[in-house]
This record gives sequence, structure tokens and C-alpha cells, in this order.
Amino acid sequence: MAEIHLKNIAHSYTATPTTPEDYALKALDHVWEDGGAYALLGPSGCGKTTLLNIISGLLTPSKGQVLFGDEDVTTRDTAHRNIAQVFQFPVIYDTMTVRGNLEFPLKNRGLNQTAIDARVEEIAAMLGLTERLQERASNLSADAKQIISLGRGLVRSDVNAILFDEPLTVIDPHKKWELRSKLKELHRQFGFTMVYVTHDQTEALTFADKVVVMYEGEVVQIGTPEELFETPAHTFVGYFIGSPGMNILRATVEGRTATIGKSKIPLSIDYGILGSSGIEIGIRPEFLKLTEGDMATVNAVEDLGRHKIVRLTFEGHNIAALLPECENVPTGSVGLAFDPARTLVYADSHLTKGAN
Amino acid sequence: MQKKQNQKAWFLVLPVFLLVSFSAVIPLMTVVNYSVQDSFGNNEFYWVGTEWFIEILNSDRFHAALGRQLLFSGIILAVEIPLGIWIALRMPKKGWGASLCLVLMALPLLIPWNVVGTIWQIFAREDIGLLGHTLAAIGVDYNYTQSAVSAWITVIVMDVWHWTSLVVLLCYAGLSSIPDAFYQAAKIDGASKWAVFRYIQFPKMKRVLLIAVLLRFMDSFMIYTEPFVVTGGGPGNATTFLSIDLVKMAIGQFDLGPAAAFSLVYFLIVLLLSWIFYTVMTAHDEEKSS
Repeated sequence: MAEIHLKNIAHSYTATPTTPEDYALKALDHVWEDGGAYALLGPSGCGKTTLLNIISGLLTPSKGQVLFGDEDVTTRDTAHRNIAQVFQFPVIYDTMTVRGNLEFPLKNRGLNQTAIDARVEEIAAMLGLTERLQERASNLSADAKQIISLGRGLVRSDVNAILFDEPLTVIDPHKKWELRSKLKELHRQFGFTMVYVTHDQTEALTFADKVVVMYEGEVVQIGTPEELFETPAHTFVGYFIGSPGMNILRATVEGRTATIGKSKIPLSIDYGILGSSGIEIGIRPEFLKLTEGDMATVNAVEDLGRHKIVRLTFEGHNIAALLPECENVPTGSVGLAFDPARTLVYADSHLTKGAN
Repeated sequence: MQKKQNQKAWFLVLPVFLLVSFSAVIPLMTVVNYSVQDSFGNNEFYWVGTEWFIEILNSDRFHAALGRQLLFSGIILAVEIPLGIWIALRMPKKGWGASLCLVLMALPLLIPWNVVGTIWQIFAREDIGLLGHTLAAIGVDYNYTQSAVSAWITVIVMDVWHWTSLVVLLCYAGLSSIPDAFYQAAKIDGASKWAVFRYIQFPKMKRVLLIAVLLRFMDSFMIYTEPFVVTGGGPGNATTFLSIDLVKMAIGQFDLGPAAAFSLVYFLIVLLLSWIFYTVMTAHDEEKSS
């Protein structure tokens, strides 16, 4: 067991990358702690799969090193890394039985049959496949196939990290929940490191201890679900996590005040003089209160049962506020109260901390 | 409510009915008609029953041609199927190389049969052909007009050149339907190249391979034009395959009765063997779905 250290990794699919845009994955330095459950979250094409394939060894990065513990495995091939991977679409060997599928990685590694049998029985019991070992794998449903894919990783006793590349994409919604709890349970039981790629925030947030948010080939924030929600390090995180996403507004910030058009918004920290170029403030709809006044106009109200989303126009921006169910929503002109502690300031999309 | 009888639909089937009648049923029945009668000219026919069939089935000439035909198809399948798979596995998967290979592979398939025959007839000639002359120059004893072995080699190499592409293209289509994840998973599972072929590529190719085997079997079993152009069935009767023999009998000797019986027996053999191939190769799938 060992931690996985990505040392200044970058990857480009073009042979001679010149501009930063040529990189599918921009410079990244990160340690994946042993036994951690990580979710890799981001929109399609942001480099999640690239990063995953670099860890598993299906790709050799253009720059940097991959370390397992103290060992440099950058150029080592996949079969010789202690890693298993589960793909978006279930990969099973059609012609084999379930048992054949589970045995396959061990047979390829030349174990003797007694050891293989013992291990396969053990893992099958854990995954609830004992009854189905003799069945043909090709006749199973998508979720059972995905379990087998996972099983092929688990049977190898050397595996200390399992990578999941959007493994629940083709699974029925009601089975998704079941599989997810199974994964969590296995993770607790085995203690392998788990990296889970997804573009679904609910999946990421319920699943992982730490969420790694990626955007355009860069890791923009690594943190607990709570941190991602409360203090997004990048406007993208604010916008991507939460529903609806964070309100991001261009502003001029001076000292403890942000100015948007004619409106002044109090801030909790003294930012000094930031000026206005590339400066934005962000506030989650949850922390925006409606008051009496005429700062903004209500456009629409979406009643979602437990709460209401109020769509407003404020100084030419479309923003959203989240109200509890019982609260009455005024129509027409309203005032807005920004919670100073929850109003964050971003410079060039990155969170800035105040002067003190 | 009682349905109104309406027979108009028959008119809609009529074109297909006529087309199939004139292109298949009537010619086939004519052949059946000839096979059970004898004629001495004058458009007079005499009923002979199964006599021609008994004669054909007992004739050494038919047995010899059938033997040659089976050997030929056997060799063709044994060479073209593995070679086709081998080439398909080695073709580039994407980029300009893939397009180039596909075009090169398709070229032989676009050439008409008799032209293929003519190309090889000239290419292999000892006096002016590039291949024949070169072989003679380096001292290889090769002459397809005199040696039966040379003639067989020429006909087989020609067929391999002409038709292996078909197997390649079909297999390539089967291979390109395999998602990358399968190869990646196999890598992670530590599978050897052979295991990847055996458990991923071959199962995915099986369906198209069945079509390839059937097509190549039927076509090679009915081969006529190319050996006719190159060797004319010789030297001696060395490359007289069933179809060549049949044409000799029907048009050369004008033995319509025996030739008709021959055709029907020939047809039934092709049908039977194709059915056997199909049954054997799909047996596994049915077992799986049951």
C-alpha cells in the first residue's frame, strides 16, 4: 500500500505542444493519499479521463513523474502497476463464464489453480456473485457486468487503487444507488485508494471524502464537499457545484465594499483596492435574502417543493435566490441582502483572500 | 363486420412474381425438365427418369472434378481466412494509413473476374510475364501450361490475391466495432496478445467471419472465369473444376440431359455444404441463447 504522487504531470495528445491549449492536462502536482476516496469532477472534455489513464498507465504523461510510494512507475506498463480500472461501459469477456472472467487476471499472472479458486470464491461471495459463477457473463444485466468488471480488479490481491471512469453511466437509476453503496462498503472493507471520475455532482459529493474539480485541463480545487460548497476556489466550482450554481457578478471592490452599478455590497474582509478588471463577486443563492426595496426585479419563481428558486434581474445580471418553502415571495421590485461572510471575491476567476 | 373481399393486392405482388419467375423459377424448372429427359434433336424428348442422375453420380469424371473442387475450396479457405484475419489485425486503426490500406484492400475486389484471369495469365507466362519470366530466370521450374502443380499454384495464388481482401475488410469491420475500453481492460488484466485475440477480438469477429467463410466457400466452390481464362481447365484435366466440367458437358458436348442432372447435383452440394457450415458455426450461439 502506498500513496500515489503525481509530480508536475502534464499531458498533450499532440506530438509537439506549443501553446497551453495543446495540453489536455495542464501542470498538476498532487498526492493521492493511501486509502482515500476521491471523486474527480468536471464537465466532459476537461481532462478527467486523461488524468485517470495516466495513473493507471494506459497513457504515459508528456511531462512529469508518477510515483507509487517512493517508486517511479512513470514508464511502467499497466499490467505491472498495482492498479485496476473500471470503465464507463462494462467490459466483460463474452465467451467466458462469470468465474472465467474473475479468474482471468490471476491466470494471466500465472497463479496456481488452488490459489485462484480460493480467491475467486472469496471475492464472489463479497460481491454476491457466488450463485452465478457458472453463468455465461454475456447474459447478465449491465449492473451485474459492471460488478464483474470491478471484481476482476478486486481479485488481484496486489491492487491498492481502483480507478472508476464514470462507472454508473449505463446503469438504471435505481440500481445506481445500490451499486454506489456497494462500492462504499467495499472501500471500507478493503481500504484501497479509490478515484472516481464523474460529471455528476451528486455522485461525487455523496461518494468521496475529497472532491477534485477539474476545468479545462486544470485542477481548480481539491476539497471536501463542504469546502467546495462554502468556499469555491474558482468561479467554475461555484457555478458547477450546487443547484442552481453560485451567482457570479462583475464588480469593483474597494476595502470592505463591492460596487455593482449603483448598488453597494458590504464584504466581511478588507480587500484593499482591487479595482475592477477581472474582479467578480460570488454568492450562493442560499445566502441571498430578499428584503423590502427596489434593488432587483423578480422574473420568475420555480417551486421545487422543499424550496423555491427566485430568478431576479439585478443591475443587468440574471441571478437566483433560494428561499425556504414557507416563505412568501414578493413580486415586482425587491431589495437584496448579501450575507457578507458568504460573499466571496474572485480575481481572474480565482478566489482572493482579503488583506488581513 | 364482414370483410370485403379484395384481390387487388395480387397486382402489387405481380412484378416481383414475374421477376422471380423469369430469373429463377423458369430457368431452374427448364433444367429440371432436361434432367429427366433425353433428346435426339428435332425437339423430341423422351422420359428417362433418374437415369442421368445415376449416370452422373457414378461417373469417374464427376468424382474427379468434385474431388478437385473440394480440394480447391479447402485450400482457399485454409489460406484466405487466416491470412485475412492476420492482415486485418495488423491494419492501422485510424489516420491516413487506415484509409490507404482500405483503398489498397478494396482494389482487387473492383476488378472483373475475366480481367483478373487475363492479368494473371499474362503475369505468369514464362516468355513475357513478369512473374513467369523472373521465376524462369532464377531457375525455378514453373510453367502453368505444362505442370499441374504450377497450374494449381497459379490458380490458388490468383484467388488469394483477388479475394483475401474481402475477408480482410469483413474482419476489419468486426474489429473496429470493439471499444478501446476492452483493450485497456485487457491490459490491466495483464492479458497476453494471444489472450486478447482469443477472448476479445475473435469473439467479436465471429459473426462477420461466418459470412466471410460462407461467401468464400460458395464463390470458390463455383469458381469458373479465372481458371477458365488462365488454364482453360488444364493441363490435362488438372484444373477442371465442377463448373468448367459442367460447361464443357453442356455447351461443348451438348449433352443437355446429363449436364442438367450435373447442375442439380452441383446445386444441392453447394446448398448442403453451406448449410453445414452455417449450422456448425452458429451452433455455439444458439446454445448460448437457449
